[in-house]
Amino acid sequence: MGRRGIESLVGVFVLLGIVAIFYLALKAANLASFNTGETYTLIARFDNIGGLKVRAPVRSAGVTIGRVASITLDTKTYQGLVTLEIQKSIEFPVDTSAKILTAGLLGDQYIGLEPGGDDKMLKPGDTIKMTQSAVVLENLIGQFLYNRAAEGPAEKK
Amino acid sequence: MSPLDLLQTLGGRALTVFRALGHHAFFFAELLKHLPQALRRFYLVVAQIHAIGNYSLVIIAASGLAVGFVLGLQGYYTLSRYGAAESLGLLVALSLTRELGPVVTALLFAGRAGTSLTAEIGLMKAGEQLAAMEMMAIDPKSRVLAPRFIGGLIAMPLLAAMFSAVGIFGGYVVGVLLIGIDPGQFWSQMQDGVDVFDDVGNGMVKSFVFGVACTFIALYQGYETQATPEGVAQATTRTVVISSLAVLLLDFVLTAVMFSTPR
Repeated sequence: MGRRGIESLVGVFVLLGIVAIFYLALKAANLASFNTGETYTLIARFDNIGGLKVRAPVRSAGVTIGRVASITLDTKTYQGLVTLEIQKSIEFPVDTSAKILTAGLLGDQYIGLEPGGDDKMLKPGDTIKMTQSAVVLENLIGQFLYNRAAEGPAEKK
Repeated sequence: MSPLDLLQTLGGRALTVFRALGHHAFFFAELLKHLPQALRRFYLVVAQIHAIGNYSLVIIAASGLAVGFVLGLQGYYTLSRYGAAESLGLLVALSLTRELGPVVTALLFAGRAGTSLTAEIGLMKAGEQLAAMEMMAIDPKSRVLAPRFIGGLIAMPLLAAMFSAVGIFGGYVVGVLLIGIDPGQFWSQMQDGVDVFDDVGNGMVKSFVFGVACTFIALYQGYETQATPEGVAQATTRTVVISSLAVLLLDFVLTAVMFSTPR
């Protein structure tokens, strides 16, 4: 086999490898739905972010429209400062509210945006005023037990 | 044996280990220095990719398919117990791209390509071909070793990617076609959970590091072999043993560095 034959066989090999990489990137991973540029940022402050993670999805009506870019603690108000990256083509009214929700009972947490009815739209860098914190299971159970304890003696009578 | 003797033995052993490590490091530096010359004669590299990569294709594809089948079956039995059989695609894809793809490919690579590199170079040394090259003022490091090194570096990540891709296809065959999981769920859960850079990208980085380690160990063992039939046989065995251990230990270190930080 001459050099030409070997070179074309190697070409086939390299091509197969590149096809495999693209297959992994496009079919197995989420590169196709991966929007690199074309985003703008919004800021939301939460009293408690629960188990929210960076890169968690931002959804509106269940449709993923962005990602959580960063989570830090606001040192003045001691609230969780969450930066959201939203697709540029999607605008939200000023009175939009943000909630931290959970996918399923034990699933990952994501941010749900509920648009309001205002005519003015949020500009890049604006803050979402109305927020609802994550539901912390321990607090919920604690509250439930507390209510039961308060009700308890009344039922016995 | 007196305590002093013990101390001496310990010191001697330690010095041997350090000497071997230093020798490896100098050899590696030498090899890196010769890489540009090998790149200039790229047809040598192409011939090596053919020898290392093309001939490993069948074993990589067959093993990838088998691993994908097994992952599909075992994953299904465990996941269906928790009513999460639809996550099978995610399980198969994550285990393949993160761990099994790079590691199993590297182990097969050490056995398939590493041994042939060691034996080839060892026999060249035993037949005094390397010495003959030096007599003709051709540096065997740049003519023989460097092209093989680059060939291994290029072939290894490509083989690992093929292994993962074929493995995912195997998981699909078992999960969707045989067991009957919903194909939409299978792919969407996979695409939701697998990240291009964190999972696929880190897997590629891993396989590249393994490629460096395996190829280097094979070349070193071949070049430093004793020029006898027994010497070549021992060097070939050592290539497989050391490469496998190096891959598994490196995998632990890389996994700890790459995936320990929560995202």
